[in-house]
Amino acid sequence: MTPLLPVIVPFGAAAISLALGRRHALRRSLGVLALVANLVASVLLLQEVRDGSVVTVVVGDWPAPIGISVVVDLFSAIMLSVASLMLLAVFVYAIGSSRTDDTTLFFHPVYLLLASGVSASFVTGDLFNLFVAFEMTLVCSYVLITLGGSKPQVRHGTTYVVISLLASTLFVTAVGLVYAATGTVNMADLAVKLQAIDPALREALSVLFLVVFGIKAAIFPLFFWLPDSYPTAAAPVTAIFAGLLTKVGVYAIVRSQTLLFSQDTHSTLLLATAALTMTVGVLGAIAQDDVKRILSFHIVSQIGYMIFGLGLFTVAGLAATVFYVVHHILIKTTLFMVGGLIEERTGTAALRRLGGMLHTSPFLAALFLIPALSLAGVPPLSGFVAKLTLIQSGLEVGAYMTVSVALFVSILTLFSMTKIWAGVFWGAPEAPPPMPEGLESSRPRFPPLMVGSTAALVAASLLFVVAAAPLYQLGQRAAEFLFEPAQYVEAVLGP
Amino acid sequence: MIVLALALTVAVLYAAGTYLLFQRNLSRIVIGLALLTHGANLLLLLAGGRAGRPPIVGAEGGPAADPVPQALALTAIVITFGSTAFLLALAYRSWLLTRSDEVEDDVEDVRIATMTALREREAEEEIVVDEEAS
Repeated sequence: MTPLLPVIVPFGAAAISLALGRRHALRRSLGVLALVANLVASVLLLQEVRDGSVVTVVVGDWPAPIGISVVVDLFSAIMLSVASLMLLAVFVYAIGSSRTDDTTLFFHPVYLLLASGVSASFVTGDLFNLFVAFEMTLVCSYVLITLGGSKPQVRHGTTYVVISLLASTLFVTAVGLVYAATGTVNMADLAVKLQAIDPALREALSVLFLVVFGIKAAIFPLFFWLPDSYPTAAAPVTAIFAGLLTKVGVYAIVRSQTLLFSQDTHSTLLLATAALTMTVGVLGAIAQDDVKRILSFHIVSQIGYMIFGLGLFTVAGLAATVFYVVHHILIKTTLFMVGGLIEERTGTAALRRLGGMLHTSPFLAALFLIPALSLAGVPPLSGFVAKLTLIQSGLEVGAYMTVSVALFVSILTLFSMTKIWAGVFWGAPEAPPPMPEGLESSRPRFPPLMVGSTAALVAASLLFVVAAAPLYQLGQRAAEFLFEPAQYVEAVLGP
Repeated sequence: MIVLALALTVAVLYAAGTYLLFQRNLSRIVIGLALLTHGANLLLLLAGGRAGRPPIVGAEGGPAADPVPQALALTAIVITFGSTAFLLALAYRSWLLTRSDEVEDDVEDVRIATMTALREREAEEEIVVDEEAS
């Protein structure tokens, strides 16, 4: 099973989809088919590396440090599998939605290219290639976030594009400096050669990469663009962005800190950043009164938890991070999908204009409640398991400060989830605002595809709890491997 | 000497680009980003070692210029070209919609800030009323 399949399949499908033009039924089935194939390929890859082995390919058959390496280890495979599941679910959701006009010429090709770019960032073993994969994802996200071309979308899209371009420029700068210092951009080669350079220089590079990836991952204090730009996009777009894009940044932080800069750990810096990210994110969420904006601030807050696990620099902590990332991708995507359903049903996501949906649509209330409680970490849902492992590993090391912040933030998370619950589902039903022209009669109020894909993800999150033990073991094996850069190097460069 | 001049150019480009990024006019931000990316590309070129060496094709025996940073810079140029074009299109669209080149304040942020201020004032007034009543 070649590790390039999750990159090539959506990429090819994007090209075909563009060529198909306005044959919508054909395009939709092509997209679903490609994303199913993507999912199958990712799961097969996961099966292959489950015992801790590594799959590598050198593009063009050039030997390793010269040719571009493609490397899949357990961590990459886990991320690939979860990401492809989300990509498929959100794609089905988008087909059902009336607000993302999936009949525009560009939605399908761009979405598939985004899928290809996300996969590429997970499988690449080359620093510059990671930049290219990021750019592929970003350019697609620019198009998706401004797809409607409305005034708020352009306003918020501009912020997003500018900050992303700045991050990309910093990334090129960092790559240039690394190349000047070591003469290579192959990650395995870098893991060896970076050890030989001046420690002060290495520290500086490490922090520079932390800033670059930190902007993508939206960690404190580099998160301001996220709650600004995500809520204005169409619901499926926000759902997939919330689930995947920041997590690509988290993946890059974990990879660079464990593989490239494994010898000097910025434990204190990361723990402090994590605590601040959690706190500021959740406080921002409490101030908002729009479902999508509340959820967007929660992304920031949750990123803090992931950085917390990494900042501990123990196998248990990193395993908890891997586990947490998977849980978060699943839950956050689902929550945004429910947010989209609320919007689809009522035409707004503003809490002050909503109410009483518990009476009008009790099933939707259940679909919201499960992931919302899970996000806050209420037992026995997946968020509880994820936070428990994180906090246990924090206590083992004695990071009491960050642990108490994490616990306190959980309560605030629960508080802001109850705020959505009270605003949207409780109270007397509001008179539903008139649907936009033309949609009233032609569309069912709850498109079955949207509800179906959301319900499937909620079911998956419940399954996640049942299978928590084997999944955690998987995360642990991934973490053990991440702490053995020598194995990675050997797999790529040969003994 | 050439290397020093190039390094200084990189520094100036970064400084000017950063300054322009802090402006509120979208057109200045675009130019600022363009300058920054030029600086980054020059930096990539500088990372390849001393200037003045022959290109790798045709360099016989002697030291050749490192082709890798050139390839990287070419890729980066193409990518930033595309992104800048997109940003310009976005800026034009923004100008069509608002007839102004400035990046506006976030409407939702402003609303939430005023909402909090309103609530605080109401709370204060209530306290005053309570005191008067007692």
